[in-house]
Amino acid sequence: MIVLSGLTKEFPGGGSGIGGKEQGKVTALDRLDLEIGDGEFFALLGPSGCGKTTLLRSIAGLETPTAGTVRIGDVDVTRLPPGKRDVAMVFQDYALFPHMDVTANIAYPLKIKKVPQREARAAEVAARLSLSELLTRRPGQLSGGQQQRVALARAIATRPKAFLFDEPLSNLDARLRLEARTFLKRLQRELAVTTIFVTHDQSEALALADRIAVMDAGRIAQIGTPAEVFQRPATTFVASFIGSTPMNLIPGEIAGSVLRAAGATLPAEGVPDGPITYGLRPEYADLSRVEREDAFGGTVAVVENLGTAHLVTLAVGDPYEGTFVQAVVPEGEEPALGETAWAVPRPGRALLYRDDLLVTTTTMSGAARTSSGRA
Amino acid sequence: MTRHTLGVLGRSAFLALVLGFFALPLLWLASAPFDAHPSITTSVPEFTLRNFRALLDNPYALGSLRNSLIQAAASAALVVVLAALAAYALSRVRVPGRDALLYLLLLLSSVVTGTAAMVPLFELATRLDLIDTHLGVVLALSGGLLPAAIFILKDFMDATPTSYEESARVFGASPLRILYDIVLPLVRPGLATIAVWTVANVWGSFLQPFILLRDPDKAPGAVILYTLYNEGGAPRLDLISTFSLLYSLPVIVMYVFVSRRYGFRFHGGIKR
Repeated sequence: MIVLSGLTKEFPGGGSGIGGKEQGKVTALDRLDLEIGDGEFFALLGPSGCGKTTLLRSIAGLETPTAGTVRIGDVDVTRLPPGKRDVAMVFQDYALFPHMDVTANIAYPLKIKKVPQREARAAEVAARLSLSELLTRRPGQLSGGQQQRVALARAIATRPKAFLFDEPLSNLDARLRLEARTFLKRLQRELAVTTIFVTHDQSEALALADRIAVMDAGRIAQIGTPAEVFQRPATTFVASFIGSTPMNLIPGEIAGSVLRAAGATLPAEGVPDGPITYGLRPEYADLSRVEREDAFGGTVAVVENLGTAHLVTLAVGDPYEGTFVQAVVPEGEEPALGETAWAVPRPGRALLYRDDLLVTTTTMSGAARTSSGRA
Repeated sequence: MTRHTLGVLGRSAFLALVLGFFALPLLWLASAPFDAHPSITTSVPEFTLRNFRALLDNPYALGSLRNSLIQAAASAALVVVLAALAAYALSRVRVPGRDALLYLLLLLSSVVTGTAAMVPLFELATRLDLIDTHLGVVLALSGGLLPAAIFILKDFMDATPTSYEESARVFGASPLRILYDIVLPLVRPGLATIAVWTVANVWGSFLQPFILLRDPDKAPGAVILYTLYNEGGAPRLDLISTFSLLYSLPVIVMYVFVSRRYGFRFHGGIKR
């Protein structure tokens, strides 16, 4: 169990602050609380600069927090040096020592800890990650995927309480990344060791993690299982960040249980009157060629081929100032450019946001929220 | 066409002249030691090995080369160890005014050179009881070479990614351990560079050992070379040329050895 409470990290200002004064501090982590269970595969997800790497490095001990505590198991490790925390970290660039062969690299942490028979143990771990053929090679002679496995082996060999992975897949090319993703998930299941990984790729977080913390500007915007985060993003930030196609966020107005947004009239019972943001994933919008009241009508501005489907962008209203609504259309049913079409929301799939926060309602969360296989 | 030919001829003649200008002294160094009657001009030698016999009769000649070797090796060891520690700290720890300090040291070490520091150096060595010791010479020379060595080595260390060290830190390695296991092997070309550079510098220094050493038994080659004159004050060209040849051989051998052994190559290890 890893518990972070009130964790704050400020860096001295970069000097280019708008105020012009030197005292501009950069707050990388802002009073952050987080609890990660034993054996959990936990993702820290967010855009670059959101503080996710600083958080991981604070857990490793490579950064000293300005305030707050880090606990691993029953021990408060906030002031402990990295080597005393019993965690293993895999760096984005793998940081394999270039002057040592694979065996020496894997055995290096064991050498520091003065473990006897470390060569044998290194060979054992290497065999598990199918590296037995490569034991005498140097890192420079390995492919990207092999380097990654050596870095993992080096972490595993220490038998730590927790693994910390910094962007573990980002240095692999696209196809290898998918293989490595599956491999990593299986490996984590087998080892059952608490694992925290940092990623900016939402699909990676959804695919690998048991739980995800979506971070924004040093704070956690939402914590939940991949299904929760995907289906009910707590803020418009999470909504726009999660999903392979960004969610439609359409400004609108509610008056008397009726929502009007971008020309569509939709039922909205139980939601107080006022401005609202209507959120709808393109995957949950169907395209209709017949005019409908409860749909967003517009001209087809862009059609993007996604392989098995097409992403259609409709320009609603004025093509220069109007809103754009996207819908995913199955292959073979894509409209022609310039055609007029209507994006029909599937019942129960829309989300309402007021002041960037999710509005929980009874009506909108109606019958149709079956757990789709896609999450 | 003729102009072109003339141009080529002119260029070649000029290059030959420049080449000759640099090659003749070297040629003299190779021929004079074997000449029965060496002069300051280069000529086909009247072959003899008598000059070497005469040099061996000088009681200080061979000993001085040994002294040079002791002083050069000790200085190189001291400079490499101290520069490695200092450069690592300066490269990794954020000290306010770090770069200014480094530039100041570099400036002082190059401006306040031998002659200017001669009197205080002698005074200091006398008070510390370091006159007439190898240690005194080694310390004085190393002190002068350290700033530049630190500067060069810091550049090498700045170029190695910190993730290697962070990785080792997470495994529990201490700073000295990281320096020894990870950083030094990675900057080995830099260490070789400053070691060679220190040896070459100490090998050629004349003033500091001349001031600090009284006993000719401890004097290095550069100082003994200065004593190879006859009673009338005329240079003994036979001894000087022979000694010069022996004196330059170790440095040449070192260059060949180091570039073979530590040839400046890099291994890849970080995936970018």
